[in-house]
Amino acid sequence: MEIGLRLAVSLAQIAAVMGVVMLTVMVLTLAERKVLGWMQDRMGPMEVGPYGVLQPIADGLKLFFKEDIIPAGANKFLFTLAPILALVPAMIGFAVIPFGPSLTIEVFGMQIKPFVISDINIGILYILAFASIGAYGIILGGWSSNSKYSLLGGLRSAAQVISYELNVGLAIVGVILLSGSLSLVKITEAQAGGFWNWFILAMPFPQIFAFVVYVISAVAETNRVPFDLPEAESELVAGFFTEYSGMRFAFFFIAEYANMILVSCVAAALFLGGWNAPYPGTILGYIGLDSVAWMENVVWFAVKVYFFLFLFFWLRATLPRLRYDQLMRFGWKVMLPIALGNIVLTAIAAYFFPR
Amino acid sequence: MDHIFFFYFAAVIATTSLLVVALRNPVYSALALLIMFFHVAGLYVTLHAEFLAAVQIVVYAGAILVLYLFVVMLLSVTSEERYHNQLPVAGLLGVVLCTEIILLFFQSQATASAPAASVDPVAGPGNTELIGEALYSTYLFPFEVASLILLVAMIGAIILAKKDIHERVQ
Repeated sequence: MEIGLRLAVSLAQIAAVMGVVMLTVMVLTLAERKVLGWMQDRMGPMEVGPYGVLQPIADGLKLFFKEDIIPAGANKFLFTLAPILALVPAMIGFAVIPFGPSLTIEVFGMQIKPFVISDINIGILYILAFASIGAYGIILGGWSSNSKYSLLGGLRSAAQVISYELNVGLAIVGVILLSGSLSLVKITEAQAGGFWNWFILAMPFPQIFAFVVYVISAVAETNRVPFDLPEAESELVAGFFTEYSGMRFAFFFIAEYANMILVSCVAAALFLGGWNAPYPGTILGYIGLDSVAWMENVVWFAVKVYFFLFLFFWLRATLPRLRYDQLMRFGWKVMLPIALGNIVLTAIAAYFFPR
Repeated sequence: MDHIFFFYFAAVIATTSLLVVALRNPVYSALALLIMFFHVAGLYVTLHAEFLAAVQIVVYAGAILVLYLFVVMLLSVTSEERYHNQLPVAGLLGVVLCTEIILLFFQSQATASAPAASVDPVAGPGNTELIGEALYSTYLFPFEVASLILLVAMIGAIILAKKDIHERVQ
């Protein structure tokens, strides 16, 4: 009975988070086209619904009813498996993200944390572990398509993801040193009380360099412009998903956007204080509405995440694509030394000025 | 409950390890290895070693196996026949290993019939902190030696890859 109830609550939480993520993906597909349109002095999609707001639904329906093609000579098993292998790791990472304050509410005598599915003590490592698994979907998708463009795209992606994952991991170490925990809930709580306590600015050693390294590496890891070499359309048609159509293509597409949301959530939680407001406490708390103060926290979290998502679109509208050797040289010879230097300096600062 | 999980993980680990060497397509072998890494990580979780579990996936599944796949795809071997004539050697080694395991098993049955030290679920400091402390106090020397060996390996790899620089100097 107890286990059944706990399972039901967990499943409800998972369903709620998945629902929000999928809804955000839908919003993002429209928002990206609109933002790009405005930046290029166009209107963006305008046909479906008022001001084009129903465009994601039309896109979804189109992909759903498209013919599902498996190319001749493709490895059917891996061709089917690859989109799932890309999507599942992108979704599974959200389990440890704290979306709001760490309240506990009692339901039928059980302690439930409403804003985080599972507060495990290695939260950030868990996200890194599953982010690295996402590369398999891309590599296997490229290989099993039996197409040269796909294979090249998959190989590029493998090299890129491995190189930049390292920088993501090293950039995060500084934050872990300052907060003394791997749990995202504890890391967020350590940044309470105003924006000067956020790890991007916090004494003894502001993590501003780590933040820059993290953001650039995160863009590279999600295969977005200017690091979108695995799907460079002017060289590789569409890279690793050249041969994919219909729902399988949609899976890769959703995985890419879910990954963008995930890295934005992690960036917000690690460097920008997560759900903490930029001032101490909450306004709703000050005017005596303590019971709904969590709304303000959740809104702040959403604002930070959407700021990063906007940054993704902004970069896409602004920057040209890097060449492959430039990408590798930048990752290993510029980002890696900065990240390592940041760890050394943070460790020295944290030793002499313990928080 | 613990036993069910253990036997599930153990069975999958044994099966997929066999598949890694038995399958003809190297890409399938790599995938079997991936499943095995995940179940080893699961075994760590049942032992309350979450840190090791995460590191297992980050290092082995996330980095090393991706490199294997990379090589397999660049060589684009659909089936590799070169290593399929090693049955005599492999069989001999297998028999030796099996004998050792059986001997060890009966020895441990005879000597240590006391219940294995039941580690209570770590309360207080998490196992990440415990690993850190053990690594930098009790096992500091082996840790430093390991890092030195890795450094040597790294330099060796660079020299192998940069052969042309050496020749140009001469």
